[in-house]
Amino acid sequence: MSPQSAPAVPVSKDRSQERQKQMIVDHFERLATAEHRGEKCVYTFVPGNLTELLLSFDVAPVLPEINALQSGMRGLSRDYIAAAEKEGHSEDVCTYVKCDIGMLRSGNVGPTGKRLPDPDLLLLSYTGCFTFLKWFELLREEYDCPVTMLHVPYQADGRITDEMRRYVVNQLRKKVVPALERITGKAYDEDRLRELLARSARAEDDLVAVLESARNRPSPIDAYFGGVYYIGPIFTAFRGTQEAVDYYRELREEVDQRLRAGRGPIIPDGELEEERYRLVVEGPPNWTSFRQFWKMFTDEGAVVVASTYTKVGGVYDDGFRHDPDRPLESLAEYCLGCYTNLSLPARVNKLAGYVREYSADGFLINSVKSCNSFSAGQLMILREVENRTGRPGGFIESDLVDPRYFSGANIRNRLESYFQMIEQKRGQGAAR
Amino acid sequence: MLERCEELTRDTSLPSVRAWKERTGGVAIGFLPIYVPRELLHAQGVLPVGLMGGGEIEIIRGDAYYQSYICHLPRSTVELGLNGSLDCLDGMIFPAICDVIRNLSGMWQMMFPAKLVHYLDVPQDFDRSMGGRFYRHELGVLSQKLVEAGARPLDPDALRASIRTYNVHHGLVAELYELRRREPWRVPTAELYVMLRAGLVLPVEEHNGMLGEYLEAVRADESRRPMDQARVLLTGSFCEQPPLGLIKTLERAGCYIVDDDFVQVSRWFRHALPEDGDPVEALVEAFLDDAIPGPTRYVDEGEKGRDLIERVERAGAEGVLFCAPSFCDPALLDQPMGTAAATRAGIPWTAFKYSEDTGQFQVIREQAGTFADSIKLWSEVTTP
Ligand code: SF4
Ligand code: SF4
Repeated sequence: MSPQSAPAVPVSKDRSQERQKQMIVDHFERLATAEHRGEKCVYTFVPGNLTELLLSFDVAPVLPEINALQSGMRGLSRDYIAAAEKEGHSEDVCTYVKCDIGMLRSGNVGPTGKRLPDPDLLLLSYTGCFTFLKWFELLREEYDCPVTMLHVPYQADGRITDEMRRYVVNQLRKKVVPALERITGKAYDEDRLRELLARSARAEDDLVAVLESARNRPSPIDAYFGGVYYIGPIFTAFRGTQEAVDYYRELREEVDQRLRAGRGPIIPDGELEEERYRLVVEGPPNWTSFRQFWKMFTDEGAVVVASTYTKVGGVYDDGFRHDPDRPLESLAEYCLGCYTNLSLPARVNKLAGYVREYSADGFLINSVKSCNSFSAGQLMILREVENRTGRPGGFIESDLVDPRYFSGANIRNRLESYFQMIEQKRGQGAAR
Repeated sequence: MLERCEELTRDTSLPSVRAWKERTGGVAIGFLPIYVPRELLHAQGVLPVGLMGGGEIEIIRGDAYYQSYICHLPRSTVELGLNGSLDCLDGMIFPAICDVIRNLSGMWQMMFPAKLVHYLDVPQDFDRSMGGRFYRHELGVLSQKLVEAGARPLDPDALRASIRTYNVHHGLVAELYELRRREPWRVPTAELYVMLRAGLVLPVEEHNGMLGEYLEAVRADESRRPMDQARVLLTGSFCEQPPLGLIKTLERAGCYIVDDDFVQVSRWFRHALPEDGDPVEALVEAFLDDAIPGPTRYVDEGEKGRDLIERVERAGAEGVLFCAPSFCDPALLDQPMGTAAATRAGIPWTAFKYSEDTGQFQVIREQAGTFADSIKLWSEVTTP
């Protein structure tokens, strides 16, 4: 699972959005010319990514999930998935994987129309999802390059133990760092890593302030559809860079301004005039009909005030920050803390907490067919959160990048009934 | 005996476990596929009870917990939990094999807060100083939780004794597989399967006796004669199990299953464990170095699918049946690598999916029949 990095930007753009767009374009440009410039590339995943460590070796990260979602947004995923299924990949499994395999078969062309570089290393940071493991086994067949696995244990009992942290740090020290040293010919430079981590923490502070601005009424942001723009840089190749620090500072200032002016969030058609429903959303969005999906919410005046998807590449609103004084330890804690690495009870707590802290009218689950890591257990999450908060829960189904599983009419109907349910609840509340 | 085994496989209310508990007053702990260190549980006086879904039971409440695109095993397991079938268990262990079982561990924590619920995280790093250390610690945590659930503390001598008992078990299961490999007509897979399933719910000592008896009986049974069947390896069925009817269907369709992925907990290690020295270390090292490969275990070097080809060769199989549960991520994501390896090696294969409650086997019967026929035809053409 992974966040959006550069979907079609909403009509009314803030400066930060322009900046972000440029960052993404520059990054893909950098990737397109990496081989030519002798720059090394590492394929890795969003949850549990080790961007600062990679950047400390001047290595460029390539994130297959981002490529898959970009393909989804650009209307290419249908054919890519079909190509993979034709090769024998099951229709039952994660469509990110199939989209990636299909894209590879079609020349591995990135979103800017240029070919992505082959990996010098497959860095399998295996956090929060078993599919990653199979995904890189599949990619390993395709490339003649080393593979390094970072196994991140699961927070089954809702906490990070010393042993978990030690296990991850041990692997970072003994496997990941030496693998990066081998492909780059450079020595591990901890001071450089510390600098990067210090910048990460600054950006993380600003990101959290942006996300938490949604506690206000009206919320100046949409923390799901809009949120995927906000998390883009920090979840991908930019954590630890000055660009990310500048982007999040600028974004925070813009959001603060909106807040002071009492303005609602930017939406595809401009700005939301009236906030009628405040929702918490669990689960990833659909990428193939992203705008249409978002519009189903904004048409009804619904704003997402908190979402779990914006935590898949790192949970920062519980206070965690990358820590320059504990470089590998804090990278380990980061990996261990990603949202899909949390136990189900911890996810329920988080959602129920969001509903209360963000004064939500209800919460909604978008259950995606692809992702067992997210989806298995969501119906129980729904009931538990309903019980704990007394707020109505809604449930819709779609997929990440397989358009066959996005039924616009169906989802719209469900959403409409869901909003009616919220109205009814409100009516009951007022009658009491 | 076979009837009893079949009954133990079918009766999801765990009568043998209830009887054991009444008799001994001991602690019984359920576990999901694939592997848990049963030796450790046994050494602490715990009866390990292997659960492999609900088979064909009617699902009344379980479906309300899962979307249609999630495999069947978790919904039947929830059903069994909610309908009281698992009441006799003092806890459950959920091994780290896929996101569905992983998340089910959290659901179980919420559904059965009074019982022991343990997620057994197993390393995907197989270096002694990293994954090994982590796993040793995990075993310590598990052992402690068992004590909290009423088991006795772990004693190294007891663990060594349990390892000896399970080594006997391992040897008998290996013998059974070897006999089937050599003379598949003596050990129909439908029989082997229920024998192994019974072992999941019986004390190991009792099961060892049964395995010995069965082996003796089939070796002596001269009425079992070879037939003209195709020798196939069946893979993909390591978690949610196919209905017994499906296994019988495959055999009736002309296949001798000469190797498979069923009930792998009895064959998780290739060799017997060392019976002296540090017994916890023996479990750790075996896990790191001696476990059988499979889709839930990361393959860090070598060609993916190589193990499958080696198994085919060792088993003398003429073809492969990729037989996975619908929506099973580990099996289905692994499958393209297996089929590619088989194709490269020139081994015929066919693939189909099932669910534990599949009731209609006609299509699979035809597919397997055609496959078996084509193999036989092929071997007639190629064998002078
Ligand atoms: S299963 Fe989910 S988390 Fe895993 S790769 Fe697919 S979308 Fe991402
Ligand atoms: S059948 Fe497959 S996906 Fe389902 S619980 Fe078992 S291993 Fe997981």
